Amino acid sequence: MIPRIYIPADSGALALGAEKVARAIEKELKERGVEAKIVRNGSRGAYFLEPMVEVATAEGRVAYGPVKPSDVKSLFDSGFLKGGHHKRWLGAPDKIPFLAKQTRLTFARCGVIDPLSLDSYKSHGGLRGLQNAVAMAPAEIVKQVTESGLRGRGGAGFPTGIKWKTVLDTNSERKYIVCNADEGDSATFADRMIMEGDPFVLIEGMAIAGIATGATKGFVYIRSEYPHAVATMNKAVAIARKAGVLGVNVLGSPNAFDMEIRVGAGAYVCGEETSLLNSLEGKRGVVRAKPPLPAIQGLFGKPTVINNVISLASVPIIMDKGAAYYKDFGMGRSRGTIPIQIAGNVKHGGLFETAFGLTLGEIVDEIGGGTASGRPVKAVQVGGPLGAYFPRALFDTPFDYEAFAAKDGLIGHAGITVFDDSADMLKQARFAMEFCAIESCGKCTPCRIGSTRGMEVLDKVAAGIEAEKNLALVTDLCNTMKFGSLCALGGFTPYPVMSSITHFPEDFKPAPTRVAAE
Amino acid sequence: MPMQPASTEIASRIAAIIEELKDLEGPLLPILHGIQEEFGHVPQVALPAIADGLNLSRAEVHGVVTFYHDFRAKPAGRHVLKLCQAEACQSMGSEAVATKVKQLLGIDFHETARDGSVTLEPVYCLGLCACSPSAMLDGEVIGRLDDEKIEEIVAEVRS
Repeated sequence: MIPRIYIPADSGALALGAEKVARAIEKELKERGVEAKIVRNGSRGAYFLEPMVEVATAEGRVAYGPVKPSDVKSLFDSGFLKGGHHKRWLGAPDKIPFLAKQTRLTFARCGVIDPLSLDSYKSHGGLRGLQNAVAMAPAEIVKQVTESGLRGRGGAGFPTGIKWKTVLDTNSERKYIVCNADEGDSATFADRMIMEGDPFVLIEGMAIAGIATGATKGFVYIRSEYPHAVATMNKAVAIARKAGVLGVNVLGSPNAFDMEIRVGAGAYVCGEETSLLNSLEGKRGVVRAKPPLPAIQGLFGKPTVINNVISLASVPIIMDKGAAYYKDFGMGRSRGTIPIQIAGNVKHGGLFETAFGLTLGEIVDEIGGGTASGRPVKAVQVGGPLGAYFPRALFDTPFDYEAFAAKDGLIGHAGITVFDDSADMLKQARFAMEFCAIESCGKCTPCRIGSTRGMEVLDKVAAGIEAEKNLALVTDLCNTMKFGSLCALGGFTPYPVMSSITHFPEDFKPAPTRVAAE
Repeated sequence: MPMQPASTEIASRIAAIIEELKDLEGPLLPILHGIQEEFGHVPQVALPAIADGLNLSRAEVHGVVTFYHDFRAKPAGRHVLKLCQAEACQSMGSEAVATKVKQLLGIDFHETARDGSVTLEPVYCLGLCACSPSAMLDGEVIGRLDDEKIEEIVAEVRS
């Protein structure tokens, strides 16, 4: 048997030097005259161990990491092709605590298989969901998805099955499935990881959505900051089309479904579903007023399912193992699993897929291992740039849509950014306003003008000018933005701002006092 | 010295891109990406040609081009360096990284070095948030930026 070596080609692994490691391994194989097959897999998501190289041995896979090009010679010397011991030896990847503690449903194959091998995908349970779906009536598929309790993983948490039902029930000769892969929130990379590491699961999910709702055309709108994901998805779509997974007869059934990959152009607001639809149509990415709902009048005015990558990629396992299996995980009204992305100043950063219900403290302190800098955790921003900053005092909040909403926060796309005690929360609040000003589409006044005024007023607070009066003004402005904006950009910018003011008032004290206190 | 391509040649390259992509559903963004890939920016002369090809007004095309951060009106430097300035990178000192890079290159964000070697831009998230602070140099991703990596990048863009 020719040894197989797995070296991730995931962007995160590449950013940490995986390409140099791959070249060093190739060179070493050549020099030693050893034959081996190199597979460029996705990442398993333990970024503190990337680049993580794995070898397939008779006893299963053995991982090494983080591997540097300078480690390669000694890896060969210690017989790593047979799982030999080395200072980078990690053992069986699924026994690494960070990975062993996870429940991998959506990400089961990510980092395990060759992302562009359809055979590998099938041998790891791929296409079973679609196979079941082609034999079912559309309404039955929609019922399964509804019963699974799956809610939109993009951030809004709207029940996926209900959205699908609206599209199914709306008569039209043309309908669309649109996948929102405009993953712009800082701290999030789940969409990127799955598109790079298991693209067929997204294709399968979209095909199921098409069959369930009567849509025959799909688009994946990927942000331009993700060139590797774009390349992998384009290749995967071509492979799926050739293999008859996409096309006029999906898996030999009478159902037609095909899809295209489209690339964004650097506008954060296009992650908002109606802006995204405008952008796909070739317009400025401005937000549309709702109603009409996209499910009734979406892309080109036709009924459109618009779902996040993770929502769609979770559908195949639901259709494979059944709604009850998926629903069994989670708590309250948050069913199934959620890929939590642990990011920022954290020791063990990466993607952690688990059932809903872990507390924020467990995620940050136990799984994340505290800060990378070794200093105390000061604040954790949950849900990206529009999410609230949580202090340690709220670390008992369970990871659940409703529990976070009850604490004036949101789980969003499940990214969390850890900050140590060097963070200045006034600066973070100001950045939230600045980011909103940079990215506002300009359609509604509270967002377009409010963000700039918010920045100015917070600058006054920072300069110690009538702090109390100006903080009252910011609070009032946030109230206007929250209730007066058309979409989540202007509407949710108050979350990071107000949570900073509420939970970290000491950072907003007038400058002279702050200096005196230091 | 290389000759400037004749304006008719530019026009025919633009026309070819429009012709190739105009039958897509919602062809404007793919066409603009195609033109930027070909020329490194979206030249002014492309706008009336696109408007004509897609039966839009010039104002509509102008509105779209200027809405998106990606489309450039002028060519960038030989290298494009994007530094992530979003929250996850902030928590790991991206501001200090930016200050250092700006100082070493002698330019601010949205500027191109006078010798045309590099354009520096902020970016709000590259999806490398578990290996912050991060950057992208000519499409290549770089994580956990430190002084050593910054100096390597600066040396590369200057060479």
